[in-house]
Amino acid sequence: MLIQFLIVTTALFIIIRIILGFKKGSISRKNLIFWVGLWLIISVIVLLPRTTNFFAKILGVGRGTDVAIYLSIVFIFYLLFKLGLRLEKIEREITKIVKEIAIKSRGDKNP
Amino acid sequence: MNSITQKTATPKITVIIPAYNEEKTIQQVIREVKSYTENIIVIDDGSTDNTRKMAEQEGAIIYHHIINRGLGGALSTGIQAALLGEADIFLTFDADGQHRAEDIPKMIKPIIEEGADIVIGSRLLNLSKNMPVFRKLANHIANAITYILFGIKTTDSQSGLRCFNKKTAQLIDIKTNSMEVSSEIIKEIKNHNLKFVEVPIQAIYTDYSLSKGQNFILGLKTFIKLIILKLFK
Repeated sequence: MLIQFLIVTTALFIIIRIILGFKKGSISRKNLIFWVGLWLIISVIVLLPRTTNFFAKILGVGRGTDVAIYLSIVFIFYLLFKLGLRLEKIEREITKIVKEIAIKSRGDKNP
Repeated sequence: MNSITQKTATPKITVIIPAYNEEKTIQQVIREVKSYTENIIVIDDGSTDNTRKMAEQEGAIIYHHIINRGLGGALSTGIQAALLGEADIFLTFDADGQHRAEDIPKMIKPIIEEGADIVIGSRLLNLSKNMPVFRKLANHIANAITYILFGIKTTDSQSGLRCFNKKTAQLIDIKTNSMEVSSEIIKEIKNHNLKFVEVPIQAIYTDYSLSKGQNFILGLKTFIKLIILKLFK
């Protein structure tokens, strides 16, 4: 099917980008394993949709593809949440830096 | 060294004024505060207008944030700066002109006379009748959320007029950047078991001061951040 071809090519393209990023040093080893693993799993599911039927039976969901979609939505929310926390952390770190600069640049002119 | 003489001397009162684009009101605010203390720290929180210059003209001590970080960041810088300046009593005061400098002695009194650790000036504790209805409602909601999340009852958790002693200044650890800092301070009161007093104050609501501060969307954002703060310390 065309959809399978499209998704798998996209996955391959992304995997190559990730590996190149890792070689360049812009992606950490942890992220490399995680993202390559994720896209490999996606490719397997797309090429052999029946593999998901096994999980569908365990979870009590009708079709394997539905399981894949449900899980991806949960996963995306989780990622968004993690991203939000991460951003908050970065914001706080920026504040720390700005604060340090404000204090330092006054130096001995303290009240 | 000579801690006894230091203790008996009159306490050094430092007023911390966080300011972001407040060129219209900052000079008036500094002038009014000046009749109560000479130690005025203005944190110019990355203003894009003349706030910094205006405050400098009035002789305030300026700490400059190179980029805007929000109320929490500005207060945190201000408290650290005041600690460096060896303040004994710390006051936070809004730059938008909504507070009356006349309330300052009232704020300091519980610290000196009753041994309070922190005093919050409440705009809703009996006196203030001139708060617009929507503000009142929003404040009630904020107070309820603060109580549910942090277990402290206040009548005005979002007030910008606060006064505290050195112990409190050293203890409270401000993590949040923006408006949720007000509730965070309440949380710190609970965490460190600080002696907390509320004092009624009068707020001056002008169209200008109303255009500042929190609006509904900002309030919602604050709420979400507070929950994050509660869940992940």
